[in-house]
Amino acid sequence: MSAKVVTITSGKGGVGKTTTTANLAVALAQQEQRVVCIDGDIGLRNLDVILGLENRIVYDLVDVIEGRCRLKQAMIRDKRLPELYLIPAAQTRDKSAVSPSDMVRLCDELRNEVDWILVDSPAGIERGFKNALAPADIVLVVTNPEISAVRDADRIVGLIEAEEKGPAKLILNRVNSSLTKRGDMISAEDVLELLAIDLIGIIPEDENVVVASNRGQPVTLSEKAKAGQAFRNIARRLLGEEVPYMNLDEKGGLFDRLSRMIKSGGD
Amino acid sequence: MDGFLERLMRKKQNSANAAKERLKLVLIHDRTDITPGQMENMKNELLQVISKYVNIDPKTVKIDMAQDGREQRLVADIPIAASSRK
Ligand SMILES: Nc1ncnc2c1ncn2[C@@H]1O[C@H](COP(=O)(O)OP(=O)(O)O)[C@@H](O)[C@H]1O
Ligand SMILES: [Mg+2]
Repeated sequence: MSAKVVTITSGKGGVGKTTTTANLAVALAQQEQRVVCIDGDIGLRNLDVILGLENRIVYDLVDVIEGRCRLKQAMIRDKRLPELYLIPAAQTRDKSAVSPSDMVRLCDELRNEVDWILVDSPAGIERGFKNALAPADIVLVVTNPEISAVRDADRIVGLIEAEEKGPAKLILNRVNSSLTKRGDMISAEDVLELLAIDLIGIIPEDENVVVASNRGQPVTLSEKAKAGQAFRNIARRLLGEEVPYMNLDEKGGLFDRLSRMIKSGGD
Repeated sequence: MDGFLERLMRKKQNSANAAKERLKLVLIHDRTDITPGQMENMKNELLQVISKYVNIDPKTVKIDMAQDGREQRLVADIPIAASSRK
């Protein structure tokens, strides 16, 4: 079996790409999948601290690409889960140290070792984004229900199409259901209508995410947190399961309507 | 129960709706790489060309960019005035 390469990208910074990469990696590993995540944000590495693996780094992505170590040596194993690995970004180099074809070659080498390769893309539309996109089989675009994030997501979706890596799937992160209900946050339905791409997950705004990153223990490791449940649902959808959208709104309404809308819209 | 009009008014005023309407326009210009100013110039030039052949009333002409999934299209509705033969 050959691994699927999933690139997590967004255009805008700070919308939750790294959080999503870490949590999807955990959620897939919880489903007995073998997972490697690659931090594509060279010079601004973060996936290591979000996963709580920062103290175990010896080699990084650029060391592998420049031949200073073997691939296996740069794969840090997360001991909390059966098969989860991180290839950290280099911190003291810049994006030009890696090329899109380097990324394709690296991922091809990993394909026979694992089931999933998750690539955390840096913000922006330049080299780092292109590096992250090049090996992708599936592209997930993360955005927030906020005007500038949606605009940047639209731009990225267009670029993904232009590179023939589409259609991208959307993760709407940091949804605040009471703001949405009050009419002060763009609804998931409206974001989908504007971007005209398929949805793969909605993640609520959840303070557990902040606590989790403080501790280096992704929120998906905890059973109860809503955001963790939402990430586990996305992992199951990646595995081909049909999972209903969870009800973020205690009183029902929007998300019921949304899940009906998605069901009737096929996919 | 709120009246229909009240609900409509609230929908018009809420900030999420304002964001959506603004995004609609911004995305059209981002996707087509045409600024609102260029769009205006294009409309004017189109009208000039068309009115060489038929009588039209510029006030009744509608030329707009419409979204169809991720595709954009120019939709024109150009009523021709009576006795249009020139
Ligand atoms: N669902 C969420 N609820 C609350 N905070 C979140 C959520 N998702 C992300 N965050 C916070 O937002 C910030 C940016 O997230 P991050 O994953 O680093 O974004 P990116 O990688 O896109 O720059 C972090 O402080 C993170 O804890
Ligand atoms: Mg990041």
